[in-house]
Amino acid sequence: MVKLSINGLLVEVQEGTTILEAARQLNFRIPVLCHHDDLCVAGNCRVCVVEQLGGKALLAACATPVAEGMQILTNSLKVRTARKHVIELLLSEHNADCTKCYKNGQCELQNLSNEFSVGDHIFLDLIHHKDYTIDRYSPSIQKDDSKCIRCQRCVRTCEQLQGVNALCVAHKGEAQKISTFYDHSMAEVICTNCGQCINRCPTGALVERTYLDEVWDAILDPEVHVVAQTAPAVRVGLGEDLGLEPGERVTGKMVSALKRLGFDAVLDTDFTADLTILEEGTELLTRLKKALVEKDPEVALPMTTSCSPGWIKFIEHTFPEYLPNVSTCKSPQQMFGALAKTYYANDREIDPKKIVTVSIMPCTAKKYEADRPEMRSSGFKDVDYVITTRELARMVRQAGIDFTMLKEDKFDRLMGDSSGAAVIFGATGGVMEAALRTAYEIITGREVPFENLNITPVRGFEGVRQASVLLEDCVEEWSFLEGVELKCAVAHGLSYARELMQAVKDGKIEVHFIEVMACPGGCLGGGGQPIPTNQEIREKRAAAIYDEDMHLAIRKSHENPEVLKLYKNFLGEPLGHKSHELLHTHYKERERY
Amino acid sequence: MKKIPVHRVDLIFEKITCKEIFEKVMEAKPDEIIQSVIDSGLKGRGGAGFPTGLKWQFAAREKNDEKYIVCNADEGEPGTFKDREILDMVPEKVFCGMAIASRAIGAKIGYIYLRGEYKFLVPKLEERLKDFHGLMKKMGHPFTIHLRLGSGAYICGEESALFESIEGRRGEPRNKPPYPTKEGLFNKPTCINNVETLVYTVMIQKYGAMHFKEMGTKDSRGSKVFSVSGDTPKAGIFELELGMSVKEFVEEFGDGDTKAVQVGGAAGFCVPRKRFDETIIGFEGVPTGGSMKLFNSSRSMYNVLHNYLDFFAEESCGQCTPCRVGCQQLLKGIEAVKKGEKSIKYLDELVKLAATMKIAAKCGLGQSVGNAFSSIVDNFKEEIIY
Ligand SMILES: Cc1cc2nc3c(=O)[nH]c(=O)nc-3n(C[C@H](O)[C@H](O)[C@H](O)COP(=O)(O)O)c2cc1C
Ligand code: SF4
Ligand code: SF4
Ligand code: SF4
Ligand code: SF4
Ligand code: FES
Repeated sequence: MVKLSINGLLVEVQEGTTILEAARQLNFRIPVLCHHDDLCVAGNCRVCVVEQLGGKALLAACATPVAEGMQILTNSLKVRTARKHVIELLLSEHNADCTKCYKNGQCELQNLSNEFSVGDHIFLDLIHHKDYTIDRYSPSIQKDDSKCIRCQRCVRTCEQLQGVNALCVAHKGEAQKISTFYDHSMAEVICTNCGQCINRCPTGALVERTYLDEVWDAILDPEVHVVAQTAPAVRVGLGEDLGLEPGERVTGKMVSALKRLGFDAVLDTDFTADLTILEEGTELLTRLKKALVEKDPEVALPMTTSCSPGWIKFIEHTFPEYLPNVSTCKSPQQMFGALAKTYYANDREIDPKKIVTVSIMPCTAKKYEADRPEMRSSGFKDVDYVITTRELARMVRQAGIDFTMLKEDKFDRLMGDSSGAAVIFGATGGVMEAALRTAYEIITGREVPFENLNITPVRGFEGVRQASVLLEDCVEEWSFLEGVELKCAVAHGLSYARELMQAVKDGKIEVHFIEVMACPGGCLGGGGQPIPTNQEIREKRAAAIYDEDMHLAIRKSHENPEVLKLYKNFLGEPLGHKSHELLHTHYKERERY
Repeated sequence: MKKIPVHRVDLIFEKITCKEIFEKVMEAKPDEIIQSVIDSGLKGRGGAGFPTGLKWQFAAREKNDEKYIVCNADEGEPGTFKDREILDMVPEKVFCGMAIASRAIGAKIGYIYLRGEYKFLVPKLEERLKDFHGLMKKMGHPFTIHLRLGSGAYICGEESALFESIEGRRGEPRNKPPYPTKEGLFNKPTCINNVETLVYTVMIQKYGAMHFKEMGTKDSRGSKVFSVSGDTPKAGIFELELGMSVKEFVEEFGDGDTKAVQVGGAAGFCVPRKRFDETIIGFEGVPTGGSMKLFNSSRSMYNVLHNYLDFFAEESCGQCTPCRVGCQQLLKGIEAVKKGEKSIKYLDELVKLAATMKIAAKCGLGQSVGNAFSSIVDNFKEEIIY
């Protein structure tokens, strides 16, 4: 343990603790910009500088470990002057048109300049003679260098959390900037559109491409039938952007808000999550059968999930040789879109031309996914617009709806029913758990041998997790699986996905089924979720998801009555002809930069 | 205070047989080698002036099978050109210094990080390295030196940025602590020294610590190689005993009209004529990595300062706010004052900013911009304004 004093108060902390962490223990908040709890130390913005009595230079609190006997001042004259200078300097090279900025009111730089009442414009304006073009080529991400404070959070996110390295620092001195491979647009590089960088960017330099105007136009057009679908993780995040604490489930309020906003039907992506389990589970069993019974050497195993579009783009760029291993199932969002303009349109007798589907997603990659040319199997663009949890919160505010006071409401029908298995899609390991609940039961005729159906080995936040279930006393049809130990692995965050795929490639891990979610924590930590994010918040959202699962009457995908009806009335059977046409897709190899 | 006249020394370029010295070193214990360097009072010649013996001792005390010796040959400071000459004339002595350091701290691998513009030295160095590795083998000392080339960024001379560069990343300084002797190259204990420092350790082994210590002053022992340039009839490289005043230096090297001397390059201090007598060249006065630039009365100190700030605004690695933006503000700031767009009082704001940069910037680059800025603005205010 190390003893030190901060502003005269004594504190004892573990060796290796930073001054910033020690100050937090004493409830002194030191401002930060480049520091982020999820990321490694950078120490480059210098807004966190503090004074050490007797020291010549100031210390970056985020980057300096405590030392015995240190006497730290976090608010001395020297500190205040330096801090103000730093903020003024940042503003002098910043295009601070806050009122026109997407991050207005939610910007860490704005908060700080407000807190320190800067804006005296001590220094010269360095920004307005520069030509900046905003990169809007990506359907998911907008990059505006004139709003960038070079904190490099995005670079560290992309490199360390995601292992993608789409972003880099280029040039030096005044020309230094956050760039990409040869400064190509975000749409042309290896970026997976996961949006994790957006979640950590303190300013408006990286934000989602927003489609709110288009969505409002559709809603306000009486000719158009606008269908909303909501992903599982939205209901455990949305509240954070509307005045509630992390971890509050707001499913009913969310439905209620969507109805007030004027959506003609408020349906649930969870419905197609259940459908995904049936399609993907059947696909897995088919592959296993081909491998074990027919001894077909061509069968690609392990099979990986395909519901995370960030993961799909990642594997297309990074491990293209494993594309045959990716389940051909579309993501639940795209299954929903395809069915909305066919099955739903038929049933409700609405001309699919007049249907606009809007999905509300915790995800920015889903924007890109909806734009993929393959995603038009209904004959139209299956999903017209994708908005994030954050954008929905913005709509609610725009419409003047007092969210906290809303009464709970229920999803509309046809495609509004869901099971608990679908809800847990929102957490890392959830797809695996849902799949196992169904697959095990199909194979053995019994429920998975876990208390309350909670398959805890695949839950949690460890980067890569492995689990297995022994298949015994199988029913007749699946007797070839008798005695097989079904092995699976789960990874979340693309760095871990890379680690897992490399292990598979090197033969270090042998499994049958792999779940990958591009974002840390799964969709609940998605790039479209409320900001800020950190481990504590993600854990609260996860707890809310598992809580929601426990509270649902139906907790297995294959028991979702609407899904059963869908097969009976429309699709026929999993992997059937219609399924192939509407619910499955293909992938393509992409370049590596 | 003992004042030392301009006194030429011939240690660095003296032709010697490294083998003999290295044989001696192989017989000594690592502790004894380190002690001799401590006793000599040698401080780093790369600019920061950290006691070399202590640095070696720190590195030696780290328990790790993997340690590195790095020779900093990036020589980017404007007005310094002595390391090039040393590497050209006596490369064996540099290798020998690295070998001595490797013996002292227990390292098996060394790197020479050579300034990109010195590429022409590579064939020669590689050839001599072959002989050197042969010698190491013969002596039974497993030590290999690799050569790495910079790409022209000044910041890559900063030790931790240099490590990043060798490791294949962008040359950006790291946070300190941890210091290199604990976590340096590849996060292993590393001893990094300037070219000249390493050669002096060889000469200390040859002539003994006292021979070195007897020269110079209490804070600045021994001698140093100076790169003399600017308005001087005697531009070039001179090895001189430390401790002389700027006055004595100017009497020897000036053109009779010297109004200021920039000691230590862009990162150093500007000494005006009125301070020549009282200013000692060394760690008690103005330290220098070797660059001595003389300016006579025909020079505009505004242009001199502008030139330095231009250099910093371009060569800042750009990662930290005080330096990246501060350099631009200082540069554009003096332009604005000169043009009358900002009042004279704005210079005071800039001086305060320079003071913030000194204490809040992440590395030595940003921290030292204020040296040139404040010393020129303080002493030549009229020239900056009018
Ligand atoms: C911006 C900057 C540039 C530097 N450039 C060099 C250089 O070119 N050569 C050098 O030896 N030291 C340079 N240094 C100092 C090194 O960081 C380091 O202190 C030195 O190599 C240690 O060796 P020494 O103790 O032998 O002087 C530079 C420091 C800074 C902050
Ligand atoms: S990024 Fe922040 S400070 Fe900059 S314009 Fe937007 S809201 Fe204002
Ligand atoms: S969206 Fe994801 S992959 Fe793309 S730059 Fe940001 S962090 Fe990297
Ligand atoms: S884009 Fe955002 S996160 Fe990245 S360096 Fe700029 S301000 Fe920081
Ligand atoms: S002081 Fe300058 S050179 Fe050093 S880290 Fe900061 S920006 Fe880079
Ligand atoms: S938060 Fe510490 S330097 Fe940026």
